[in-house]
Amino acid sequence: MIATLQVQEPTDKPPDSSEVAHLQGVSKHFGEVRALHNVDFSVRPGELVALLGPNGAGKTTAVKLFLGLARPTAGKVRILGGNPVQSEVRMRIGAMMQVAKVPETLRVREHIDLFSSYYSKPLLLEETLIIAGLLEIKDRIFGELSGGQKQRLLFALAVCGDPDLLILDEPTVGLDVEARRLLWEQIRKLVSRGKTVLLTTHYLEEADSLADRVVVINHGEIIAEGTPAEIKSKITGRRIRCLTRLDISTLRSLPGVLDVQKDRDQFEIRVTEAEPVLRELLRRDSAVSGIEVTSAGLEEAFLALTQNNNGDSMPSGRN
Amino acid sequence: MTTASTMLMPTAVARPLSQTLTIYWKEVKCEFLTRLRLRAYSLATIGFPVMFYVLFGLVLNSKDAAIGSTHFATYLIATYGTFGVMGASLFGTAGGLAAERGLGWLQVKRASPMPPFAYFAAKVAMSVIFSAIVVLLLFTLGVTLGGVHLSPAETIKLLGTLVLGSLPFCALGLAIGYFAGPNSAVAIINLIYLPLSFCSGLWVPLTFLPNLLQKFAHVLPPYHLSQLALGIVGGGQHESNWIHWEVLIGFTLICLGVARIGFQRDEGKMYG
Repeated sequence: MIATLQVQEPTDKPPDSSEVAHLQGVSKHFGEVRALHNVDFSVRPGELVALLGPNGAGKTTAVKLFLGLARPTAGKVRILGGNPVQSEVRMRIGAMMQVAKVPETLRVREHIDLFSSYYSKPLLLEETLIIAGLLEIKDRIFGELSGGQKQRLLFALAVCGDPDLLILDEPTVGLDVEARRLLWEQIRKLVSRGKTVLLTTHYLEEADSLADRVVVINHGEIIAEGTPAEIKSKITGRRIRCLTRLDISTLRSLPGVLDVQKDRDQFEIRVTEAEPVLRELLRRDSAVSGIEVTSAGLEEAFLALTQNNNGDSMPSGRN
Repeated sequence: MTTASTMLMPTAVARPLSQTLTIYWKEVKCEFLTRLRLRAYSLATIGFPVMFYVLFGLVLNSKDAAIGSTHFATYLIATYGTFGVMGASLFGTAGGLAAERGLGWLQVKRASPMPPFAYFAAKVAMSVIFSAIVVLLLFTLGVTLGGVHLSPAETIKLLGTLVLGSLPFCALGLAIGYFAGPNSAVAIINLIYLPLSFCSGLWVPLTFLPNLLQKFAHVLPPYHLSQLALGIVGGGQHESNWIHWEVLIGFTLICLGVARIGFQRDEGKMYG
């Protein structure tokens, strides 16, 4: 079944093939609160972009702007070559939003059937059920579903219209590891079918494992942008621990060193890339010992980045 | 700073008519199933008027009991019918709307290409269907157990009037749904519904109420619907039907206006 789905032809390319969705100098204020400030970013066809940021960073606001559920205070929103409030544009978008309560007394298939009817060329009910992994429980009442199954139904409502662009707001929030991986698998399949996906997440791991491109946002501003590898190296760098007779100021002067701290008799050196620093270290002190290279913990590094969005030591990925 | 781009209101999609009709049909069907299975709604909206009718209209009934010239059990079909229609309409529209608006579901639907009007139309249609169910149940009970005699013409007129009479209360429900929070909606509906029913003479015939209340009833929309219904079975205050219709139509328009303000306020929050 799944194999036949994968060989389906990719959907038509949008007319403006250089970008599917674009926020151009967009600001959004809610009264005094500045949810987004002068944000510029775009999503290109066939791409999976992750908008990464902690809670309250402005991710959901960006999603609402893309979906025409909010109007920018300043700037322009373009999506699929049009305006997000036009119904013909909405026809080509599938959205998964954070919702506190879904009507609980409808069956899974009834929910999907209704949403499918909104679109002009929806998938067959069975296809949607397979994609979202709901085939076995299609007759279940929504209120009886587990958290993961509920989330998969919302995912099914996003994909049932066979849209070109999927906008998924925190699709895996509250899911356990296994459910999260299942959903990732399904999202990857959509991209392999030629869909464009924009998702928001506050898990660096999720952005890393899924996205072609990651946009890091905090306090309503984009603070980094790049491939997951670039973001990770920019954000996290490496941590070298060692015993050396070099002094702290010498270590600080080595190229590529971000920060050095003395931890008892050992040094802890934060670097962008480990290898050049290690080479230099060994050249200057052949007696260096106890070398240990670790990557900074992903979540920890991400927190450091976002909590310190004006920090000078922060490498900015912005072009 | 660049100026905000002007947003258009959602434009109609060029859908074939058949597809639009399918959407409306499915929207109504799903709304009906949702509510039917939601026992807090279906049991209460059907159960309360039926229970009241059984207690007051059937248990307290006797062969010669009458209010004015109208047989007791027949009179109460008109008033408890109005009561039932009101409940089905207020809870059917306001309850769902306030919860779905407040807890994010309406937003999910608005992000989809659903025609926005279909959402409201479904709530109203579902309420009208439930109103019809309540009235038909009262008819059945009255005819089988209460000694009620209605000619086919009277039956159709009474059913038609009461079911059509659900529309003003659907309008009121939409207005409440736009201004009540998801948790307070049911309480607010009850605070409006129950006193309004009592003061309009839906529980106890108006003639048993103090003079002041009898006068006050004239400004209450349920009073006018019950008078239209009573007029069909020869009861009530025998005023001109035009007054009743005018009050109900005026009330509907005012409520729709208030609901529209709420709708635009929400859109303003969304788009502003």
